Amino acid sequence: MGLEIMDDIRKDYVYDVLRSGKRVDGRGFREYRAISVERDVMKRAEGSALVKIGDTEVLVGVKLEPGEPFSDAPDKGIIMTNAELVPMASPEFEPGPPNENSVELARVVDRGIRGSEAIDLEKLCIEEGEKVWMIFIDIHVLDNDGNLVDAAALGAIASLLNFRIPNERYGLTGEDSLPMRDTPVAVTTVKIGGDVLADPNLYEESAATSRLTVISNADGALSGMQKSGNGELKEEEIAEMVEIGIEKAKEIRENYLSNFL
Amino acid sequence: MKEGEKEIELIKKGKRLDGRGFEELRPIKIEVGVLKRADGSCYFEMGNNKVMAAVYGPREMHPRHFQDAKMAVVKYRYNMAPFSVDDRKRPGPDRRSVEISKVSREAFDPVIIKEYYPKTAIDVYVEVLQSDAGTRTAGINAASVALADAGIPMKDMVSSVAVGKIGGEVVLDLSGVEDNHGEADMPIAMVARTDTITMLQMDGHFKKEEFERGLKLAMDACHKIYELQRTALIERYSKSVGEGEE
Repeated sequence: MGLEIMDDIRKDYVYDVLRSGKRVDGRGFREYRAISVERDVMKRAEGSALVKIGDTEVLVGVKLEPGEPFSDAPDKGIIMTNAELVPMASPEFEPGPPNENSVELARVVDRGIRGSEAIDLEKLCIEEGEKVWMIFIDIHVLDNDGNLVDAAALGAIASLLNFRIPNERYGLTGEDSLPMRDTPVAVTTVKIGGDVLADPNLYEESAATSRLTVISNADGALSGMQKSGNGELKEEEIAEMVEIGIEKAKEIRENYLSNFL
Repeated sequence: MKEGEKEIELIKKGKRLDGRGFEELRPIKIEVGVLKRADGSCYFEMGNNKVMAAVYGPREMHPRHFQDAKMAVVKYRYNMAPFSVDDRKRPGPDRRSVEISKVSREAFDPVIIKEYYPKTAIDVYVEVLQSDAGTRTAGINAASVALADAGIPMKDMVSSVAVGKIGGEVVLDLSGVEDNHGEADMPIAMVARTDTITMLQMDGHFKKEEFERGLKLAMDACHKIYELQRTALIERYSKSVGEGEE
């Protein structure tokens, strides 16, 4: 219950500072915190990335295993995205089965990867109808200081940009890598009062009424979107958020992913 | 597009497979107050979708530590009947329904006046009985009417519909086959009186202009659905008062 009081204090603080035209950490309204992407950080994983956005820290690992294809897609590999909000990452996270927040996080990241068709699923077919590669994208949140979605999505695509196919481990032969066809990047903005802010930190997230994640591809087309939170958005606010989304995704792609391509 | 699916021609001579134009909704049928035990209920059909919504509450919140001292807690459960889809769905919540329940609940958050009923729970149950794409939007439309039927104070009702892209065209209210073979799907929910969006999801491939056009199309359609919801409620209540049933 103590946390709720802290929540109110945080919200008031964010509002007060915004009223004077500033953000709590002094950033511009469309400015991200410092981003870092470190790749291949975990050697047991077929692909991995540690992403930091400010103090938010997310580790993403990609594992591959052969498995049976779905009956309606016998020649296609399978993507499974999962997110764990482990209790070490926040006093508000509790151990236990996935809750709606971790499910939403995983599904939004998954949506961007799928919508962009970054992964050529047919190339993951080992034997039609019998065996395909299953790609597990596991999002491990280590420190939550807000905007987990963007960090997780960036970690996911960074890990995927250079994963190994573990043929040898399973006695198989074939290509050892799979180039990505696109680089979807998620950009989240929040609405607080009448203001739209990119990359909300934890304080701003708790003060925000609505949040919109916009995932866009290298060509600027949208591959996924998700509104979250208890508030409502006007058409022009959504337009602004989409515009910021596409613009920022381009920057992030150029600055943090292009060196992996 | 669900990648690599067999190409199906979804548009023939400017019409969709079910004969609709690009900006046409499927037929909608709304019945209000269809369940005896629930405080409010609604049966809603949109094309081949058949969904039922029931509302219980405001009632005591259990377990108590989930109570909110300042306002009612709204709970929303979207659930698919095992026989509502081609391949039987395993009963119980899965990740998809958990997410849909969350965004649907949030779609109602701005309109329900929760401050009137501190420490209580308002339960919204949506059961999908037959599905043909757009079940979450049908569920929200049904839940809206059921909430009104239950007498829950709201600033307005919420109306919901999806837009998408098939064969390169932006179209309204995708059917199942269109959703499976289409290129994009975007369900939204809107408060008609204020033209504000309370739910927005998208997957697939939308150019920015297509997205903007789609959003406008969906918002216009929500106004139409809103009128149908309103009419259904008015009919239901003018009838019972007139015949002195209750």
